[in-house]
Amino acid sequence: MLRDITIGQYYPADSIIHKLDPRVKFIATLLYLISLFLFHTYIGYILATVFLVVIIKLSKVPFRFIVKGMKAIVFILLITVVFNIFLTPGKVLAQWWIFKVTQEGLIQAGRMAIRLSYLIIGSSVMTLTTTPNQLTDGLERIMNPLKKIKVPVHEIAMMMSIALRFIPILMEETDKIMKAQIARGADFESGNLIKKVKSMVPLLVPLFISAFRRANDLAMAMEARCYHGGDNRTQMKPLVYKRQDFVAYAVVLCYFAASIGMCVIGW
Amino acid sequence: MSSIIRASKLGYDYYRYTDENEEPELNRAIDQVSLDVKEGQFIAVLGHNGSGKSTLAKHINALLVPTEGTMWVDSIDTAQEEELWKVRQKAGMVFQNPDNQIIGTVVEEDVGFGPENMGIPTDDIWKRVDESLAAVGMLSYRKHSPNKLSGGQKQRVAIAGVVAMHPKCIILDEPTAMLDPNGRKEVLKTIRELNEQEGVTVILITHYMEEVTLADYVYVMDSGKIVMGGTPREIFSQVDTLKSYRLDVPQVTLLAHELKQEGVDIPDGILTIDELVNALC
Repeated sequence: MLRDITIGQYYPADSIIHKLDPRVKFIATLLYLISLFLFHTYIGYILATVFLVVIIKLSKVPFRFIVKGMKAIVFILLITVVFNIFLTPGKVLAQWWIFKVTQEGLIQAGRMAIRLSYLIIGSSVMTLTTTPNQLTDGLERIMNPLKKIKVPVHEIAMMMSIALRFIPILMEETDKIMKAQIARGADFESGNLIKKVKSMVPLLVPLFISAFRRANDLAMAMEARCYHGGDNRTQMKPLVYKRQDFVAYAVVLCYFAASIGMCVIGW
Repeated sequence: MSSIIRASKLGYDYYRYTDENEEPELNRAIDQVSLDVKEGQFIAVLGHNGSGKSTLAKHINALLVPTEGTMWVDSIDTAQEEELWKVRQKAGMVFQNPDNQIIGTVVEEDVGFGPENMGIPTDDIWKRVDESLAAVGMLSYRKHSPNKLSGGQKQRVAIAGVVAMHPKCIILDEPTAMLDPNGRKEVLKTIRELNEQEGVTVILITHYMEEVTLADYVYVMDSGKIVMGGTPREIFSQVDTLKSYRLDVPQVTLLAHELKQEGVDIPDGILTIDELVNALC
């Protein structure tokens, strides 16, 4: 279950999307997410779907790989859908006790489901095609102006990239601790929600201890390799815009302009 | 040959906090340690857990500064704070746990981390990354995620990361302790090749006796002191002394020793199976 979250897991492949500048991908993802909330009718969603499918095809990431990452949010998706179906006022289609299913509710639920899943798929495509290091490099560059107001941009970026690197390791560790405790009779499955949460405590304590130990080791290894913050640091893969990046910007801006246009005419 | 690492009467104290209210206990991790390592040598430091060998390793890399005595790395005193980064560049360090020392999410990015910190121009970083990945035989894995490599491969990536900084000397702090026998062989082979082909000085810290038979010189540590020093043959001929420091000799050496005690006429300090075969037949 824990291994299924694909956010933060890079899928190595040789594609145009992989080669794009992370800044382009970041801004494009942001614009795409905004555009999802601009559409009112299915015509807009068709545009969003086509755009997403084309990007996924170009990225050469297998579709089932992306879907695997969706499993983790199925629960949130379901809650949103259920709440939207029952709690949106409007024309009643069916009624049972105090629960009313309305036409508006169904439409709204469908819309939210599409938005949420596209939101996750869209950002997964970014994280699957960009190494976390590139991603944080991109963020660092985008946030660079903030350095003037003394925001520790480099440090934040470094923390993010380390966090991303350790997510799969800590996941694996959680799995291991869980299995070790199940082997000794711990029960994570049964009981109500409160009981389940309580049973997580003996899982979290060893996990935290091991995370701190890892942090300590890593800090030492980084220092041993001359890490001393962002000053006088060069980059192995400095970010330089190429022609393909400008083309990508143009494509994304066209898409965004189209979606704004559709929003204005109410599609 | 000039000496690359020299320590004179090194001592290091640390406090151990047992309980919140109790007075911290003063502990001496290493005591009166003197070393002299020449350029291009392969040195092994042996000792069981808690003998102070890791503390000694951290002194060479200036992660720790001695409380007493002086440590010179390529004639730089490690206690000088302004020379810190120079010392760390000259003496690279590889740690025990391969997972906790890989920073990058792609093999080549991790190898480039050290040169990036040193402020090397971009083109040179790539050259160094290519060279060092080739030196450890991991060039074909350059685009892989470190999480998907085996322990031995991860450790080789970590070694490449240090090699890319062009150090004069590499300190390996129990690099094989968490590996399976195959991974251990891989890593040892890599270390030996680096020493022989690239001429890098190697300091291997370990408690596996089999690993030190290849070294030029072996130091044995016990409770913070260097208690023995000599070539592997000299060290392993003293089986009983080694046992008193809770160290085991390689099985072949032990067999030869037992045979000798039973009256078989063979020389002291047999290190390999071939040597024993030759001595017996």
